[in-house]
Amino acid sequence: MSGSRHHISATVVRALARRAQPWSALGLAAAVVGAVAVSPDPYLHATAARMLPLAVLAVSVAVVTGHAGLPTLGQVAPYAAGAYATARLALAGTDLALLHLLAAAGAGAVTAGALGALLVRYRATVFLMLSLAVAELTAITAAQWRTVSGGTDGLAGIPAPRLLPGLPPLLADRTVLLYTAAVAIAATAAAITLLDGDRRTLLAAVRANEARASASGHQVTAYLWTAHTGAGALAGIGGALLIHTHRWITPADVGFTTAALALLAVVIGGATSLPGAAAATVAVLAVRDVVGASLPGHAPLLLGALFVTAVYLLPGGLTALSARLASLPIHRRRPTLHTPEGPARPVTRSIP
Amino acid sequence: MRVDAYLIPAVDGVAYGLLLAIAAAGLTVAFGAGGVLNLAHGTLIAAGGYVAAATSSGTWPSLAAAVALAAGVGAAGGGVLAAATAALQGRGHLDQALLTFGVALVGADLLTAAYGSDTLRPRLPEVLEATVRIAGHRYPVDRLAVLGVAVAVVAAGYVVLHRTRAGRLIRATVDDRAMVAGIGVNPRLVDAAVLVAAGALAGLAGALTTPILGVGPHTADTALLLSLIIVVCGGLGSVPGALTAALAVGVVQTVGVTSFPALAPYLLIGAMAVVLLARRTSLPTGASA
Repeated sequence: MSGSRHHISATVVRALARRAQPWSALGLAAAVVGAVAVSPDPYLHATAARMLPLAVLAVSVAVVTGHAGLPTLGQVAPYAAGAYATARLALAGTDLALLHLLAAAGAGAVTAGALGALLVRYRATVFLMLSLAVAELTAITAAQWRTVSGGTDGLAGIPAPRLLPGLPPLLADRTVLLYTAAVAIAATAAAITLLDGDRRTLLAAVRANEARASASGHQVTAYLWTAHTGAGALAGIGGALLIHTHRWITPADVGFTTAALALLAVVIGGATSLPGAAAATVAVLAVRDVVGASLPGHAPLLLGALFVTAVYLLPGGLTALSARLASLPIHRRRPTLHTPEGPARPVTRSIP
Repeated sequence: MRVDAYLIPAVDGVAYGLLLAIAAAGLTVAFGAGGVLNLAHGTLIAAGGYVAAATSSGTWPSLAAAVALAAGVGAAGGGVLAAATAALQGRGHLDQALLTFGVALVGADLLTAAYGSDTLRPRLPEVLEATVRIAGHRYPVDRLAVLGVAVAVVAAGYVVLHRTRAGRLIRATVDDRAMVAGIGVNPRLVDAAVLVAAGALAGLAGALTTPILGVGPHTADTALLLSLIIVVCGGLGSVPGALTAALAVGVVQTVGVTSFPALAPYLLIGAMAVVLLARRTSLPTGASA
């Protein structure tokens, strides 16, 4: 009886720890941003801020790839919609950051919703290849639609946003970092909250056995479309942050390379972990942009080495790393049953 | 516009399509047989092109050596990929994508470091640098030669795949791995052999493409994208499908671009999307991605 109670309490503790994991990861992210922000180096602030739009895009990809089970390169389309909507609003004189974020989220959701209506009927490799087509068509359209995108020259000189009317524009590198990090963490927290509970369970059921979920009366396609559209809103917010941190955009920013980096970061982070996807994106960009700066022209070499290393050293991604570390012999303790006479000795079970 | 105005682009399209078929055949069989999503395929094609451009010095023996070396380098690359992906058995296509994309980035960087960032072309024997008249139009001999070699390679590939025991084993592995294991053949050995052969075909395709398109830093990305489009449109694991799709892609790339220049950037990707959307059941969808 006592052992059973112990077992139940251990299960509850493990479940609570699992639920707390994403929130502790977000807390850690906030602490890291705080540590970077107190540094006196403006270059570090600007570099860190410029990583966060892609981190939000990766969170969006993790929702579609990890939770909905649809491997995607196509979230770059709502990312582009959010970015160009923000850029056009800013160039038209609307400089409130909140309006930009709302417009970008709306543009991203509409784009992902329209694409999702075509795509979510497909699965696995076919979905991946269709999403590759979406990524390519996004970059092509961005290059062709000159009146919106400025063509291959892109849009430059985009005014900085303001948090509130009357406040100065977000120009200082530290302020931009704090603003971008706050939006990125809030967006990730919102995604974690929206994916919690029944919604998470339903998507997991669809991933595990779609036929059974469908036979049980669940509207599988509707669930997947909703996840795809919601993730599009998230990607749109990432696009708005791209404009707020870079203040220029070219078709290359919304092309296949961006899409591939986001998807591969999700694999490194651990497919269902939203903070893991964001952390892996930051790691990938740190290798490409910071470490790569010491080897000019060889950033792809470093990035490739990182990907190959990650495949072999991080099976299951960053998220699985904590579980693997916990299973090391140094952490492993034999379970002890408590009896009225005190702790019981381990017994060897024989197979009947 | 006169009909014969389309003749030269059409011949170009068929020649280009056959080259693409050689490039994509390896990719589609590797995916169909071993389930390997190889994003380093374009880098093997570029490696073959660079080796051919660096080796061929304008003589027939150097040209033969260039083609053989390119195929050998591709085969060696395929062997490396076979060893690298063998350790990822059962981990899904996204892990394979991460690994092979990483290998592709490393390979592309090393190739650029070794050969520079200019577009290179091999020096061919003088006979191949001339032109001939076809239906009143002048046409380069090197393209006709490439067309002839491509037809020969596709024919040889068909014979190997359909008339030899090795080919039957590969086709059987695409269809039913368990059955192949049941007759005493290790499917993993077939996977490795297919990746080596796919690498050799990629290297060969790189060598054959180089006289027409040259080889440069963007070759790997372009070749991979075109190969993926062909594989997907033709059906994963289907060599006849890849051949048909490659010819269609070759013609769209030449005749289509000439006829509809405004739509040119959208033609290929749009065509792939339409094929996939219209033919959802013809591709295996159960594989874990």
